[in-house]
Amino acid sequence: MDAPGRKQYEALSVEAAVVVRQESAWQRVRRNWSVRTGGIVLCVLVILALVAPWLGTVDPTLFDAGSRDLLPGRTGEITTLDGEVVRHTFWMGSDSLGRDIYSRVIYGTRVSLVVGILCALLALAIGIACGLASGYLRWLDGILMRFMDGLMAIPAILIAIALVAMWRGSLATVIVAIAIPEIPRVTRLVRSLVLTIREEPYVEAAISLGTPTWKILFGHILPNCIAPLVVQGTFICAFAILVEAILSFLGVGLPPDIPTWGNVMAEGRQQFNDYPHNIFFPGVFLAVTVLAVNILGDGLRDTLDPKMAKKMGSE
Amino acid sequence: MIDSHAPGKVTLTPFSGNGGLSPLDVRDLTIALPPGGDRKEAVSKVSFSVNRGEIVCLVGESGSGKSVIAQGIMGLLPRTLPVTGGQTLLEGEDTTRASQKRLRALRATRMSMVFQEPMTALNPVMTCGEQLDEVLVEHTDLPPPERRRKILDIVREVLLPDPERIVASYPHQLSGGQRQRIMIAMALVLEPALLVADEPTTALDVTTQAQILNLIQALQARHGTGVLFITHDFGVVAEIARRVAVLRLGELVELGDKEEVLKRPRHDYTKMLIGSVPTLHPHGRRVEAGAPVVLETKDLSKVYIDRGWFAKRREVPAAKGVSLTIRRGQTLGIVGESGSGKSTVARCIVRLIDPTGGEIRVHGEDIAAKSPRALRPLRRRVQIVFQDPYRSLNPRRKVGDAIVEGPLNYGVSRAEALDRARRLMELVRMDAAALDRYPHQFSGGQRQRICIARALAMEPELLIADEAVSALDVSVQAQVLALLEEIRTRLDLAMLFITHDLRVAAQVCDHVAVMSRGEVVEYGPAEEVFLDPKHEYTRSLFAAAPGRGFAFGTA
Repeated sequence: MDAPGRKQYEALSVEAAVVVRQESAWQRVRRNWSVRTGGIVLCVLVILALVAPWLGTVDPTLFDAGSRDLLPGRTGEITTLDGEVVRHTFWMGSDSLGRDIYSRVIYGTRVSLVVGILCALLALAIGIACGLASGYLRWLDGILMRFMDGLMAIPAILIAIALVAMWRGSLATVIVAIAIPEIPRVTRLVRSLVLTIREEPYVEAAISLGTPTWKILFGHILPNCIAPLVVQGTFICAFAILVEAILSFLGVGLPPDIPTWGNVMAEGRQQFNDYPHNIFFPGVFLAVTVLAVNILGDGLRDTLDPKMAKKMGSE
Repeated sequence: MIDSHAPGKVTLTPFSGNGGLSPLDVRDLTIALPPGGDRKEAVSKVSFSVNRGEIVCLVGESGSGKSVIAQGIMGLLPRTLPVTGGQTLLEGEDTTRASQKRLRALRATRMSMVFQEPMTALNPVMTCGEQLDEVLVEHTDLPPPERRRKILDIVREVLLPDPERIVASYPHQLSGGQRQRIMIAMALVLEPALLVADEPTTALDVTTQAQILNLIQALQARHGTGVLFITHDFGVVAEIARRVAVLRLGELVELGDKEEVLKRPRHDYTKMLIGSVPTLHPHGRRVEAGAPVVLETKDLSKVYIDRGWFAKRREVPAAKGVSLTIRRGQTLGIVGESGSGKSTVARCIVRLIDPTGGEIRVHGEDIAAKSPRALRPLRRRVQIVFQDPYRSLNPRRKVGDAIVEGPLNYGVSRAEALDRARRLMELVRMDAAALDRYPHQFSGGQRQRICIARALAMEPELLIADEAVSALDVSVQAQVLALLEEIRTRLDLAMLFITHDLRVAAQVCDHVAVMSRGEVVEYGPAEEVFLDPKHEYTRSLFAAAPGRGFAFGTA
């Protein structure tokens, strides 16, 4: 076959006529309804947490014996740290010590989001390290995974309570205590991904190109695990926010003076029949936040998981 | 693997047709693609018919819409692909407008389908007998003993040995060829007027393929079934078709008798496709005997050891005593069926797996037992191109990064590596702009070119192509083969070409090693092996090559 003839043929082949047009994962993510909804709600919450001091709040630790058990919307007085007495409208009422629930709930958003995000990052970081090691270093696999199995056999909340009780409650200890029980799940996920991806021809090609093992792990395998890990991260985040509230509610989390949704609810528990607002408002914030994170996670899973994306597309 | 019960050629009993309506008449069939696709219609105004007792082959490259037509006939189209015009008349009845209930009644009784992958088309938790019985229960009122008799009859008819045992077996207990026979039995048990076979032999080895083709031919002749046979393989077309329909991008470009289409194609596209089919005759190039030896394996062996906690230690030899030699500027082909150990040998030579015994000498240096650390400096000498172009490139890395990765590992500066990459893109006939794009923007053939460029960036002395063109359409395959040939001569490379396709081997190889069950059964210059095969296995392999005696027309 001479050269011009071949060129003509190449132009005729079907492949030349097909323009490969594929949406990127990012475009799919942005079009997804769940991702948008969850994302917008979370953005609003983050903004609330950031601008809390300018939203008509007072210091959430302030209390005033004269303004105890106010109903939502009532106006009362509150004493600042300087001993000054200011008038304040209690939009969500006050608790039995005369603290402003609105301020405590808004400031509580900070704690919840910080706990959720840091727990997810911590669990992912340690889980990725263990998962990569276990998936790629065969001799370590058995030992590490049996240890993780053991950790998974203990209920997550039990471990968290035990750890916080051991270390005394502070933000750092609560975060670590909630993250630890999540590590085995991340490790298992990463390990299974590594075991699949390491058999891919592009990894074998990298080996034959003389790429060192650590570069293969972090340059080839890890980037291809990102999508499922992002999804897993959102679920850990939602779970951590819930567990933090549970720990605070049980009185084993952060000290009661720190405004967290769980603490506000614990405080309002005894008076629930007379003053339900003590539990209602933090409860709504907690539910909306966890729901938003979960919806976001579902949306990300639908769009980032190629199998899922295909299924949705063909329907 | 070869089915143990290789049947002889089945005697064909001529079928006396009774006229009437033809099993299939497709008229102006048009099927839309969802918006945003690469074209508006998956199938545009396609018309053809299948007569009683006739095999019509629908040929086309991937994306031509041939499987979509099959789904349209069977009423199996997903909702995203609606029929927007035309009819598919099954004995006069339009299946594109039939209700789901009517379609269920028609399937298996008047029209049946056989799929490409018999393992996934059969239910793994039901025995083959139960699955056959299901068809009969659904569509007939026969009492159990009658059904049983009918099942055993059809199993006997598809030439499966020991029907009682086969009927009681689960799909995983059968070989691929046996499973496909069960699929065919299930499709034909109620004697439908039309059989749609969608690439039924593509997943099978060549010897099994020959048996299945034989079987389909014999059965359809005996029962007078009209067969619509979908394939991309012109060898298969030459083997079984009476008439051929050629599809390109959803349009029927040529329709006619086999002899007409294959020997005197009229449309340019058909000419191009047929011109791309490699011949089974080795090219007979003069090989320089004195060139230095690049690779030499001596008694190379690989045994997989299955060591369970409780199970007995099991040894599976994948390669036994393989001794090969490749000189600079030569291409050695390893041919064999799946499970013959040809890929194991390749992966041992690249040291992706560790050989259990023997020597691998690259320029005289034995690398068989070298530690990964000691191996690193030697890796660049041997590079490999894999079969699946869609999995050979990291989807999260730009093409440019993939190509410079190897040189960067060996201390070449980034600027120099990129410069090399640009020159390589030119060599593999691609635009340098491709370096800044991600793999998903390229087609299979383009990706394979990129993989070749990535391997060449290491400036290897031996290039291994492990089924590197098997996943490509025939026209693209021809282009990539031509490219490999050009590279081999220009760079004076040694090449190890692993393939199951005898036509491809005949076209590119100077020497051929035929492997079966881990052993090299025949090894010699391509001309000798192809024109005068000594070993029995080699002979059976060549005898099974589809369309071997057929002289395709040239462009």
